[in-house]
Amino acid sequence: MTQTAPPLNVEPAAEVAAVRSHLVRRMLRNGSAVFAMVVLAIVALGAILAPWLTSADPGVADIQSLMSPPSADHPLGTDAAGRDVLARLLYGSRFSILGAILGTVIAAVLGVIGGLIAGYYQKWFENVSSWVISVIMALPGIVVLLAARAVLGPSLWMAMAVFGVLLAPAFYRLVYTAVVNVRNELYVDAARVSGVGDVSIIGRHILSVVRAPIIIQFAFVMGIAIAIQAGLDFLGLGDPTIPTWGNMLNDAFARMYQTPLLLVWPSIAIALTSVALAMFANALRDELERSGQVKRKKRTTRVIAPGAVVAENQPVVHEEALADTRADLLAVDSLVVGYDQPDGSIKQVVNGVSLRVKRGEVHGLIGESGSGKTQTAWSILRLLPQGGRIVSGTVIFDGQDVAKLGENDVRKLRGRRIAYIPQEPMSNLDPSFTIGSQLVEPMRVTLGISRGEARTRAIDLLTRVGIPNPERTFAAYPHEISGGMAQRVLIAGAISCEADLIIADEPTTALDVTVQAEILDLLRGLQNELGVSILIVTHNFGVVADLCDRVSVMQNGLIVETGPARSIFAGPRHPYTRSLFDAILEDGAARGTLAHSSERNIITEGGRS
Amino acid sequence: MLSFTLRRLVSGVILLFVISSLAYLLLYLGAGNVGRRILGSQASEATVALKNQQLGVDEPLITRYLSWLAHAVTGDFGTSWFTSQPVDQTITSRLAVTISLVIGATILSGVIATVLGVWAARRRGWADRVVQVVSVLGFAIPGFLIAIFLVNVFALGLGWFKPTGYVQIATSFSGWLGSVTLPIVALSIGAIAAIVQQVRGSVIDALRQDWVRTLRSRGLSENRVVFKHVLRNAGGPALAVLAVQFVGLVGGAVIVEQIFAIPGLGQVSVTATSQGDVPVVMGLVVAIGAIVVIVNLLIDLIQGFLNPKARVS
Repeated sequence: MTQTAPPLNVEPAAEVAAVRSHLVRRMLRNGSAVFAMVVLAIVALGAILAPWLTSADPGVADIQSLMSPPSADHPLGTDAAGRDVLARLLYGSRFSILGAILGTVIAAVLGVIGGLIAGYYQKWFENVSSWVISVIMALPGIVVLLAARAVLGPSLWMAMAVFGVLLAPAFYRLVYTAVVNVRNELYVDAARVSGVGDVSIIGRHILSVVRAPIIIQFAFVMGIAIAIQAGLDFLGLGDPTIPTWGNMLNDAFARMYQTPLLLVWPSIAIALTSVALAMFANALRDELERSGQVKRKKRTTRVIAPGAVVAENQPVVHEEALADTRADLLAVDSLVVGYDQPDGSIKQVVNGVSLRVKRGEVHGLIGESGSGKTQTAWSILRLLPQGGRIVSGTVIFDGQDVAKLGENDVRKLRGRRIAYIPQEPMSNLDPSFTIGSQLVEPMRVTLGISRGEARTRAIDLLTRVGIPNPERTFAAYPHEISGGMAQRVLIAGAISCEADLIIADEPTTALDVTVQAEILDLLRGLQNELGVSILIVTHNFGVVADLCDRVSVMQNGLIVETGPARSIFAGPRHPYTRSLFDAILEDGAARGTLAHSSERNIITEGGRS
Repeated sequence: MLSFTLRRLVSGVILLFVISSLAYLLLYLGAGNVGRRILGSQASEATVALKNQQLGVDEPLITRYLSWLAHAVTGDFGTSWFTSQPVDQTITSRLAVTISLVIGATILSGVIATVLGVWAARRRGWADRVVQVVSVLGFAIPGFLIAIFLVNVFALGLGWFKPTGYVQIATSFSGWLGSVTLPIVALSIGAIAAIVQQVRGSVIDALRQDWVRTLRSRGLSENRVVFKHVLRNAGGPALAVLAVQFVGLVGGAVIVEQIFAIPGLGQVSVTATSQGDVPVVMGLVVAIGAIVVIVNLLIDLIQGFLNPKARVS
């Protein structure tokens, strides 16, 4: 059977080098790797020591004892021709393993050389190789081997040589991808510019990267070689004069009804060897990937044991300038968010945040990246990534604690009561569905309206968020529209089910400056029109100045200062807030003067409430 | 979409042409003295020459190749050297059997791999480990060993199925189902092992995408997000693996048919191979190549349907 080895990831050279010394040690601590290596060692020893392990000749037929059960003379019995099963098994492993090694070496040599040349020089060689590969891949390996057998006769070595050619693409692809990745790295350019020859670049920078993946692939391909060679012999198409596991299986299968035990030994030998090779390859790949991960984890946040502590921290609270009688729509108290770690501890990213969003208010949550503001926003929707959870604290939305609701009840809030506008518009639309269907589907689910009604509404929404040709955008796929348009679409989605609270996570960060201004205008307009509360997460004071009634400033998972936007702008008291203000000068305020815009917001609120 | 289809079709035809030409030249160059091979070492020079003349193998290779090609495009692949039966008849009468096995195995492995892969990707933890271990075993253990095991347990041991034989679907549907169940299961296990890894990986990747969070934030149920949106996006890479596995399934059918004594292409290939019956082997190469090309074309079309970006380019 033709099987293709699973794809492998290739790690950059530097990481591989740093990790190699630990790799052997870790492989020795990996249970399945040790098991695989022990099995392979036993098989190899059995093959090498065959003449010392048994005195019987695998080819000599003992007419006196046909198909005899295990005895002192024949520890595993004899087969239908009276040959010793143990001897055939041991000597057979020599042929099976040598054949598999021959095939795999041919595949590796052809594939690695081809991959190096095609990857390094590309151009026509690459085209030719990819054509050759599609020709090779178009026929099942066994069919090619059968065709070769038809003219070349039953030779184990010939069959394995053909097999080697057939499996060369497994190595070719691996090496090719690695080379293409490495050859564009700066340090390879540097080596080339400084006059290092191609051969030594390949040797030093490229082979070091692909060495481990080649070993992994070698084990996989060798497993396939053993299987396919046994398969050929099993079909009776191998060389009947040599003892191989496949030939033993063929003999035994013909007498399956009389002595089923004869099937067992070669089956175990083939299965154990193949499984051991695959397990070894898998374990090596896992360990390589794991070591890559450890190195990549550079972002460290505080790690605390379960039963996390809420930091004792009182934010600077500005007095309300005007008495605000509006009720709280959202009240977050002492919110702690953490991620479960493999060792049982919790990596805490939000350390006891409290904030209030009133009905009809635009509340800004501001802080630098990594301060935990997005994590706070996701917690309110209960949409933390895998492993993340609300460790303690309450998230009271309109009287119910979102932190303690069941999954189904939270889902009823999402979209209908609390909506979400994401940060990066292009990655937040499902690329496989049209814009229209992504607007229609949630409305049908949450509002229970008909397809036609939802469609009309969707077109209406698209018009409302300022999309010039709503019918065309409705039918378009996400990759066919611009980032600004996509963000309008996402805003349309957020307001589509008339939520009471919109959580907007840096809605303008990923957009061009001119588009940013338009989106902010749109949000302000919609907020005035709908009277919806907005919690806007941002790191930009320009956005706050433009939109927000009140602001909470966040640092290291805590709120450090909170109060009316106007008051904080007039006199920031916490040193962190002040440093953010200093940064605004470099950032460039998006638009408008702060006094003007916050005043206007307060006036419109007054008019509404 | 139409030009995309046409382009794929043309490249498929070219591929088939290249494969059959290469196979023809290699097989006949390797075949040596054909008359001698058929008649054996006892036959006289004269009868061997006569035989060669009858078979037309005394003419130059290039002439024979062109004439073969001219006939092959009309579906005529000559006659077998040993049974003197037309090759096209031998193949078409057995093609349906093999195709029904392979398609059954493709559907079964696609469905099971999807279910297991999605389960492992969503549950992670122990479910993930179980699926990983099973897929390593399924990948490593050769299909014919699994077939032998299934025959011993479910046919000889438990007696649920007949160990060998094939019932035409037209004769009895249940009989047919009984005769293909074990072969299809035996074929599928290796394919499931390979596909489940890909499904698991691409579902995990897709679940990490930003749009998944946004869809959830709109109030869609988890099942809707996973089975409608995530699966459709994960489908592309999984289908690519399925396409590769399909080739493997056709190859696997050759061995599995032998174990279950099913009269499909596998049996013909083994007989033709051991006899060195080159015209039949050639016919098989073309037939199997054609099946693979057609299935790859279909999978490309499904890819285009799944991924709107592929349609444009």
